Amino acid sequence: MTLDARSVTLHLGLLAVLVVLGFVLPTYHQGNLARILVLATYTIGYNVLFGYTGLLSLGHAMFFAAGMYGCGLVMHLGGWPVLPALLMGLVCAAALSAVVALLALRTIGVAFMIVTLMFAQAVYLTVLYLGAWTGGDEGFVIAQASRQIAGFALTDPLTRYFAALMIFAVALLITARMMQMPFGRVLIGVRENEERTQMLGYDVFRHKLLAVIISGTIAGGAGAAYAILFGYVGATFASVQYSIFPLLWVLLGGMGTTIGPLIGVAFMFYLIDYASGLTNAYMLIAGAVLVLLTLFARAGIVGEIRNRWVPWLP
Amino acid sequence: MSLLETKGLTRNYGGLRAVDGVDYTLSKGEIHALIGPNGAGKSTFVGMVSGRIPTSAGEVWFEGENITALPAHARIKKGMAYTFQITAVYARLSLFDNVALALGRRERPHVLAALDRVGLADRADQNAGDLAYGHQRLLEIAMGVAQAPRLLILDEPTQGLAESEIAGFNDLIRSLKGDTTILLIEHNMQVVMALADEITVLETGKILARGTPEEIHANAAVQNAYLGTG
Repeated sequence: MTLDARSVTLHLGLLAVLVVLGFVLPTYHQGNLARILVLATYTIGYNVLFGYTGLLSLGHAMFFAAGMYGCGLVMHLGGWPVLPALLMGLVCAAALSAVVALLALRTIGVAFMIVTLMFAQAVYLTVLYLGAWTGGDEGFVIAQASRQIAGFALTDPLTRYFAALMIFAVALLITARMMQMPFGRVLIGVRENEERTQMLGYDVFRHKLLAVIISGTIAGGAGAAYAILFGYVGATFASVQYSIFPLLWVLLGGMGTTIGPLIGVAFMFYLIDYASGLTNAYMLIAGAVLVLLTLFARAGIVGEIRNRWVPWLP
Repeated sequence: MSLLETKGLTRNYGGLRAVDGVDYTLSKGEIHALIGPNGAGKSTFVGMVSGRIPTSAGEVWFEGENITALPAHARIKKGMAYTFQITAVYARLSLFDNVALALGRRERPHVLAALDRVGLADRADQNAGDLAYGHQRLLEIAMGVAQAPRLLILDEPTQGLAESEIAGFNDLIRSLKGDTTILLIEHNMQVVMALADEITVLETGKILARGTPEEIHANAAVQNAYLGTG
């Protein structure tokens, strides 16, 4: 098999397993996995920028929130149906990421981290400031009746699971394909050696700009999906915590791997789920496991598997 | 007709004038060597030609067009290629990926053909960082050649190459002659004498002499500044 065929088999195989899981899992885990898939979509977006392009953003919650509020507000206040609202979420996230990119990409390294952090903080405070519409800290609930597409109620656990899987699959396949194409390889070139990439005739700024927009738009799509599927929109999702999460998940799963985001989110989710069943001090257990992972699997779970056993993992 | 021309090209680093008002022309199809002692401004000069280093004053013209204001990547797109003095291959990517990025395409036969020009085709799937230094230099050269440039700028390409590899390098450069104009910074005088149609000697940021290899070899000022008494 060529590299391409192996990668196609891996991704389609993973999706097939997820389809089967949708039917066999008990409702509790089905709900968990739906949430994991949406958060993994967010993390896939983050991975495009951090894992593949080498730009560390500390403000991705603003893109997640742009999608979430862009979609949620038009449903909640405007009574829009699901699909146009989802599109609105994507447009908001794309627009915000384009503006932020044009400003933040004037900086590099630590300055880029700080600028993205500050922009995200500004978005978070804006959400609170506009409390009359956004509900501030408490957020708002999207009416159950409006959360349906052509008669399929997204409040039904199985339907919701497959809607989440569909969003995840689109993000996974788009990014996996993108990273095989010349455009994606140039992003990796930017990560590995920016000056070299420029001296091969590539417009590094334009590539970084597109990477931020693609990354931010996928993150926004995940935010919009979260609002639609779980019916809640709140300022927590715009907070700094939600900017740190995708960084953590990508590092855990394996930066610059296509399936790392899903593995990272699922691992963290079930680690906390399991540890909280054992003790109230579950964050202590989670912390210890994270320390062990960073000591012994620095490339993350999938990254370590790639380094040790399966070098072709995309 | 000249492919490349610089007018009063100047670069200051603080109080130091690394390149000082250089007027230079390079004819199409020529192999031109730029020599001079360390710190003469050779790398700074080609850095300004390729757009890597901003100019303090002066102009760069390429194929009759003033490209002084163009960023580096736009100059590369116009047909320049630049190989780094300090090897700058993508160490964590395969040789295949390195050359594919230089080519701008990923069809395996094309990439392997480009690697084959420096004899590295059988190592296509290795990581560039795992190569011996000499092979990394060859990969760097392969990436420059793969871009099929009209002007290929080579900054000390043979540094760290073994004798046998230098012979292969000389053959490769000769095979490019005609389609590709080559601007070569080189310390190895045997390579310069074997390849160059013409030589320019830089010293303290200025052109000290210019001529055929024979003329340069016989030039007393160059002897003093650079070549020694040998």
